[in-house]
Amino acid sequence: MSAFFTKSRARNIFYGGVVFSALLFLALTFHTIRKMPQRDHRENLTAEVVRGKHLWETRNCVGCHTILGEGAYFAPELGNVYKRRGPDFIKAWIKVQPTGVAGRRQMPQFHFSEQQLDDIVAFLKWTSEINTENWPPNIEG
Amino acid sequence: MLPLLQYPSQAVAKPYFITAIGLFVGQILFGLIMGLQYVIGDFMFPAIPFNIARMVHTNLLIVWLLFGFMGAAYYLVPEESETELHSPLLAYLMFWIFLIAGALTIAGYLLVPYATLAEMTGNNLLQTMGREFLEQPLPTKVGIVVVALAFVYNIGMTILKGRKTAISMILLAGLIGLAVLFLFAFYNPSNLATDKYFWWWVVHLWVEGVWELIMAAILAFVLIKITGVDREVIEKWLYVIITLALVTGIIGTGHHYYWIGAPAYWQWWGGVFSALEPLPFFAMTVFCFNMVNRRRRQHPNKAATLWALGTGVMAFLGAGVWGFLHTLAPVNYYTHGSQITAAHGHLAFYGAYVMVVLTIISYAMPILRGRECNPERAQVLEMWSFWLMTVSMVFITLFLTGAGILQVWLQRVIDNPQPFMAVQDQVRIFYWLRELAGLVFLIGLVLYLVSFFVKDKPQTVAVNDVQPAAT
Ligand code: HEM
Ligand code: HEM
Ligand SMILES: [Fe+2]
Repeated sequence: MSAFFTKSRARNIFYGGVVFSALLFLALTFHTIRKMPQRDHRENLTAEVVRGKHLWETRNCVGCHTILGEGAYFAPELGNVYKRRGPDFIKAWIKVQPTGVAGRRQMPQFHFSEQQLDDIVAFLKWTSEINTENWPPNIEG
Repeated sequence: MLPLLQYPSQAVAKPYFITAIGLFVGQILFGLIMGLQYVIGDFMFPAIPFNIARMVHTNLLIVWLLFGFMGAAYYLVPEESETELHSPLLAYLMFWIFLIAGALTIAGYLLVPYATLAEMTGNNLLQTMGREFLEQPLPTKVGIVVVALAFVYNIGMTILKGRKTAISMILLAGLIGLAVLFLFAFYNPSNLATDKYFWWWVVHLWVEGVWELIMAAILAFVLIKITGVDREVIEKWLYVIITLALVTGIIGTGHHYYWIGAPAYWQWWGGVFSALEPLPFFAMTVFCFNMVNRRRRQHPNKAATLWALGTGVMAFLGAGVWGFLHTLAPVNYYTHGSQITAAHGHLAFYGAYVMVVLTIISYAMPILRGRECNPERAQVLEMWSFWLMTVSMVFITLFLTGAGILQVWLQRVIDNPQPFMAVQDQVRIFYWLRELAGLVFLIGLVLYLVSFFVKDKPQTVAVNDVQPAAT
């Protein structure tokens, strides 16, 4: 075994394996990128949605919430919150934070303008329409 | 002055290791703050909201591991290459740049509202902030690239002018991969789905790709030193391990593409390949035990041997077993983004990367301090800290797994699924237990720190020991 399976042979298998895997991964990625427009509906990526994502990022929402299952696990999933709660509830909710209920997990106050609230909602609406293969399993996220 | 150090320039590793340990302490303190916020929701609010504590916790983790990897490279590459480091000056300079950039970033998180920080640091020029693990302001990200390039250059030049071993080449390949993949941190399309797709090229391809190369190389180096086993044997193993790692890990990225808008075929590609990802970790476990069993010398640094074996076992448990648990699409459909994920994240990061950095520190730090190994009493204390940290991390993982199973059941499986917050209230007991285990972890970490300052008992003890033989 060790006479046949030398170090240089092991090294060559490594190179071959990595090149093959990387090429296959790139090919799959290429195909995925071509298919994604039908699944993420990027034709609906309005200026509002884009601004909404920017607000999402600069307020670090993902530091407490998940979105499509990724992020922190401290607060509810927001990928489908548009469907769970609707636009008005979301805006009202953000406005009244923090609840200040003793001992309860708190969400900060972000002092958003009406326009910014609409942007956030637009972003969450767009996100809720991505084809996620039916994830999450139910509306609770 | 340091007779044991084969090449004086290896000494640049020391400040890297010391800083790594210091930041580790900070990471754990913020972990404990968050752990408390999980059960006492308004703890420290609004001074330190959860998301801020989380950024500090995870970013400190990544930064101290990077300090550890760099220290490891500066220590082992001269010895492998049998030559002095290309430029110790550059290494010191980069140390200070990285430390200052890191400190400013953490201070920024804690002292300035995140949105203001983003505005102040040019996030509007190129929007990269506010994504998990990649929260750093633009100047910090650029700083990371500069430091990584200078570091890779320094290590690369050292290897080029000296002996080229499999260990140093694989380490270098891993480090280059680390630097190159980080460039995807600068790509942030406004399309959330594609953003996520490439975000994983940093996060997944780091921990389940190139970092495994770094880890395997560091382990191999330490094992050669402490076991005296033939380099040929060890290096052959090394190639097998890293082949398994990359062949399964690259396409295994697909286990993150199930539910983010990518085509459904990723459930197969990602599932099958990532289900094989435990193999390289299993190979590392077997490798560690095999080498230690075949050892040709009894190295006096028993603590380092323990860390090396521990890395083999815990990486397999955390990454291999806990990763496999939720990697197949039908399971992941229910567990995705739950406390199960957090359980796995903790044991995998600890078992693989924390422990491998502590392994090289355990081996190298005594030598950097001018002795082959630490005094017996210091080693005993270090081994206590090994057990306290490792066992408490296993318990953290078990408690989070318990919380996760209940969470998934109540929120996603049963007929009348309950809202997130209602479910969180019902699993509080697990969060309390996790916090308790976290405190034990902290005690272990404090013992670890103390072990650096413990000296042997005064000489008289040794004299007393000899007396019975004389009578
Ligand atoms: C005293 C011990 C610790 C406590 C109490 C603790 C607590 C926490 C908490 C509460 C979170 C946030 C979970 C969420 O998003 O809701 C977290 C995240 C995280 N911690 Fe820790 N932690 C501890 C130690 C560690 C250690 C030693 C490591 C590294 C090995 C680590 C690595 C991480 C990682 C990688 C995440 C992100 C997890 C993910 O995104 O799935 N933590 N930790
Ligand atoms: C040392 C290696 C590894 C480390 C450090 C690690 C760490 C992590 C972390 C921190 C996350 C959470 C990411 C987030 O915040 O969204 C994660 C997710 C995940 N990991 Fe790992 N991991 C490792 C290896 C593995 C392996 C070998 C497997 C499979 C066998 C695996 C399977 C998964 C899966 C399926 C998820 C997604 C969980 C979800 O859907 O929420 N991991 N890993
Ligand atoms: Fe992964």
